[in-house]
Amino acid sequence: MKPAPSIVFFTVASGAGYGLLFWLGVLKPLGLLPANTLFGATAAIIALALIAAGLCSSLLHLGRPERAWRALSQWRSSWLSREGVAAVLTFLPAIIFLIALAHGETSLMLPAGLLSAVGAAVTVYCTGMIYASLKPVKEWHHPMVAPGYLLFASFSGAALLAMLSGFWGGGFFPALVAAALGMAALFFKRAYWASMDATPAASTRESATGLGFIGTVRPLESPHTESNYLLREMAFRVARVHAAKLRSIALLLGFALPALFFCLAIILGGGLAIALGVLAAASALAGLLVERWLIFAEATHTVALYYPTPR
Amino acid sequence: MTSLPNPTPGAKKLGLVIDLDTCVGCHACATNCKEWNTSGHMAPLPDQHPYSAAQEGVWFNRVHAYEAGDGDEGRTVHFPRSCLHCETPACVTVCPTGASYKRAEDGIVLVNTDMCIGCQLCAWACPYGARELDEDQGVMKKCTLCVDRIYNETIPEERRVPACVSTCPANARHFGDLGDPNSDVSKLVAERGGYELMPEMGYQPVNRYLPPRKASSQVKSAPKEAGPLPSQINNPLLRWMDKVLSR
Ligand code: SF4
Ligand code: SF4
Ligand code: SF4
Repeated sequence: MKPAPSIVFFTVASGAGYGLLFWLGVLKPLGLLPANTLFGATAAIIALALIAAGLCSSLLHLGRPERAWRALSQWRSSWLSREGVAAVLTFLPAIIFLIALAHGETSLMLPAGLLSAVGAAVTVYCTGMIYASLKPVKEWHHPMVAPGYLLFASFSGAALLAMLSGFWGGGFFPALVAAALGMAALFFKRAYWASMDATPAASTRESATGLGFIGTVRPLESPHTESNYLLREMAFRVARVHAAKLRSIALLLGFALPALFFCLAIILGGGLAIALGVLAAASALAGLLVERWLIFAEATHTVALYYPTPR
Repeated sequence: MTSLPNPTPGAKKLGLVIDLDTCVGCHACATNCKEWNTSGHMAPLPDQHPYSAAQEGVWFNRVHAYEAGDGDEGRTVHFPRSCLHCETPACVTVCPTGASYKRAEDGIVLVNTDMCIGCQLCAWACPYGARELDEDQGVMKKCTLCVDRIYNETIPEERRVPACVSTCPANARHFGDLGDPNSDVSKLVAERGGYELMPEMGYQPVNRYLPPRKASSQVKSAPKEAGPLPSQINNPLLRWMDKVLSR
């Protein structure tokens, strides 16, 4: 599948934004974060800005962005519609939460924070299910895909929160969360790749054409000499050697280094911890962009079975 | 509504039956499909850079060719690919806007291009590559089963079949109600062992493909080499020997 930059950026940015909103909503009312009102407001604004930037970027992917409001109508059947509805609904408690944080309204903080956290989790789960529900793409139609979106969003959100808390001198608990989630994400992603590589595709050229009863099926002539929408959008293939390298980069930048940096930050503390927090968050986001690019680039669609394998 | 209509027993399921035995791969169906539909229900079917290198465009029907099997059993098979008007198509249920829908009355799967936002999720959800984006209008397009022909009372009755069916010179495309076991197409499918594509996807396609027939036994033996005619042998001695030995 073609890694459209607008979607890669959207899922990483809004994932991090929702992750940040989630942890802020849970940890702030519990008093595990800096008490400063400026900290709370800044974190909430960054979360909402990331979410909004991601959603705007996703609109760029649409052929008719001016009709986007129509996407809120089919939540009964469509995960994309559910994601849209969840995203819009989450803004309500999130904005109340922001106001509560800015004014230090502790009584309002708990319900608004928890509701925002629930909204964030539901929205990211819907995003994951958009992909996980697509049977023609075997790399996405996998039980680890939707949980993966949740895990990576919560990790990147925790990384941002740990960085911000560091600025206000209270980074211990969120750094602990981020380091733990980073390690969990590392093992989760490796397990997903192992499972994906070991699972053969359900469909073959033989089942796609129904000609398997004659023997193996080889494409002889394409219907068209030039490219087309299907080939560009759904037959994108990244070379195996590049994929292997990019996987290592994603694991290292995305999960291993941030986890290490947060561990060091907890041990060392002080000004160094602040710098390490910034490095860790930047590394996590960069690694996640690579990871998300790979989610598309490594995904294969059954329509490619009808065409010759690109060399 | 992108929820699917409730299946009712005996409901109409209009679709195509494509005979892979007789299809000669002439692309007439694809060409006439483009011709009809570019001014039909989902018009237009635009082309990008039509008069220069890398021209491409929206087609509802594309004709592939495959080699299947090896040796004497090996076959070249021409293979037209278009929307199969599936009974449980995720291309419809994933649509966030309600632009994609499946008609309860005859099972045809259509896109309302006035509502489509061009998110392209439906194209991802179709295993068969039957949906293509109109990059000029930013909306999704697909085979309409020629809904604007099959019910069209302004054209003579015998022409009320899909454009691809009416134009096929090899009579390899058949149109009818696959929900009625007594229809001509259902009988043809039963008689020839018609099958669905990628049943493992669970989309329950309505269209059926008729398998190529087994190669006949005569075709299997190598053709005999034809000798020269006596008149083609110039040397009189050799001509005489040929005559004697041919007795
Ligand atoms: S062939 Fe594809 S576009 Fe047509 S109904 Fe089936 S899933 Fe939908
Ligand atoms: S591209 Fe159009 S028809 Fe397809 S899912 Fe999106 S809104 Fe629906
Ligand atoms: S039924 Fe009509 S729209 Fe569909 S492939 Fe045939 S000619 Fe094209």
